[in-house]
Amino acid sequence: MSAVIEVQHLHKRYGDTVAVGDVSFTVHEGEIFGILGPNGAGKTTTVECIEGLREPDRGEISVLGLDPQRDRAELTRCLGVQLQQSRLPDPLRVGEALELFGSFYPAPADGRELMEVLGLSAKARTPVGKLSGGQQQRLSIALALVGRPRVAVLDELTTGLDPQARRDTWDLIEGVRERGVTIVLVTHFMEEAERLCDRVALIDAGQIVALDTPAALAERVETEQRIQFRPSVPLDDRLLESLPEVTSVTRKGDAVVVTGTSLALNAVISVLARNQIVAEQLRVEQASLEDAFLAFTGRSPK
Amino acid sequence: MNQLVITEFKLFARGRAAVGLGLSAGVPLLLMVIFGSIGSFKTPVRQFGGLTTLDVYVPILLVFALALLSLVAMPATLATYRELGYLRRLKTTPAGPVRMLGAQLAVKLAVAVVTVIVLLAVARIGYGVATPREIVGLIVGGLLAAAALMAIGLFVAAVAPNAGLARGIGAILFYLMMFFAGLWLPIPDMPKVLQHISHATPLGAAVPALQNATLGQWPTWLQLVTMAGYAAAFGLAAARLFRWE
Repeated sequence: MSAVIEVQHLHKRYGDTVAVGDVSFTVHEGEIFGILGPNGAGKTTTVECIEGLREPDRGEISVLGLDPQRDRAELTRCLGVQLQQSRLPDPLRVGEALELFGSFYPAPADGRELMEVLGLSAKARTPVGKLSGGQQQRLSIALALVGRPRVAVLDELTTGLDPQARRDTWDLIEGVRERGVTIVLVTHFMEEAERLCDRVALIDAGQIVALDTPAALAERVETEQRIQFRPSVPLDDRLLESLPEVTSVTRKGDAVVVTGTSLALNAVISVLARNQIVAEQLRVEQASLEDAFLAFTGRSPK
Repeated sequence: MNQLVITEFKLFARGRAAVGLGLSAGVPLLLMVIFGSIGSFKTPVRQFGGLTTLDVYVPILLVFALALLSLVAMPATLATYRELGYLRRLKTTPAGPVRMLGAQLAVKLAVAVVTVIVLLAVARIGYGVATPREIVGLIVGGLLAAAALMAIGLFVAAVAPNAGLARGIGAILFYLMMFFAGLWLPIPDMPKVLQHISHATPLGAAVPALQNATLGQWPTWLQLVTMAGYAAAFGLAAARLFRWE
């Protein structure tokens, strides 16, 4: 896999405030690369440097071998962008916006097809100012893709969308990736990063604190396993407490909650089986990307 | 034709912008009809060198349209686009925001040219005002006046912190400049001091220049240089100061 975006030692400050301290990462061709972090972590500044909207104070950025500052004109032809805070003139209609932005590119995508995919066909003649937040968001995604970009940078892709629209958008993004587009996704939704991203960079206070696949990031967090079940017959807690893998046994109503090491589940199930007890409504909670986020940044992503 | 120019044309005819379009073209036309219906406005006045009051007002109404388009409509649109983040969004496309400035100038200039032609036609056909005899002089004077006004309009768009202020600053400049253009008091009727000040303003130079063209004379060099000076100074300042975000 070849590198599509290379960021080396990016540093950007606004006055005395350091927005991005020292950030380096590589995005490979065809992957969905997530940039995850709390508000003000430097996510948007980082991608705006990639888009060429902001000039880094230090560091090197290369996108498809182009320098975002020096080769702006060339870069804009192969880079699709969704900005976090940008609106179109209110009276502009959806269809017109797609036609207009299509006209900027040498080989644009079919605007009607994009509207179809994004569920905007019925809104083709609706002025932008009359669209709901979710519809505006979908239009901005359509405009990011209308130039058939090789790389798309999407900032806060599904913010403001309802859960159904969010899932539809995820499907759309996966479809775009299947067409070979490399995608950089800025988000603060764990679920989104877990579902879509091949790799995730966790950014906090202008630094990358971890970079890996969502699963690997979760694995790196040493959290206890939490097992919850309802025993089919009354159960003596001591039976479980005696297991070396188990650290605690508590009751929650008529459910038993066991915490322990990653091997606890096996041990608990074996003991129950030996005593012919069935664990009903068994639930196992493992570390998620969210736990990883908490562990690496010491705070919640929201 | 360029899609951006076509789109800007459509947007100018819709929503809030349409008010600007209506005023720019409609008010001068309405004033022309009103002034044309006043009998005394059609008798020669000695003070105006034998011209009628209506003759004197035709060039004033021409620059009225130019000024409203360049000083109020254009800065308000550009400042709104900046506020929305639309110029910034364009910066990430191959079109770039500079083409938006070009499209704005093209649309406003096209509307101005059509308005001027309609005004001259109505004046000629409806009220017997003589067609300007020095056509080249009229075109050169008119274009320089448009260049000066649009440069000032771009400057307003460049320095105004938001769309509301852009509209406000533009409107104040519009009234001020229209005063010196003689909208309320024709320049020859002004006290000497005001006449001198007037000639140093863009429209105080533009109106006599267009008046000369009407009478079959070239605008004076001083008038042309005054307008060109404003165009260059404010054009350069706008180019230096313009912010896309």
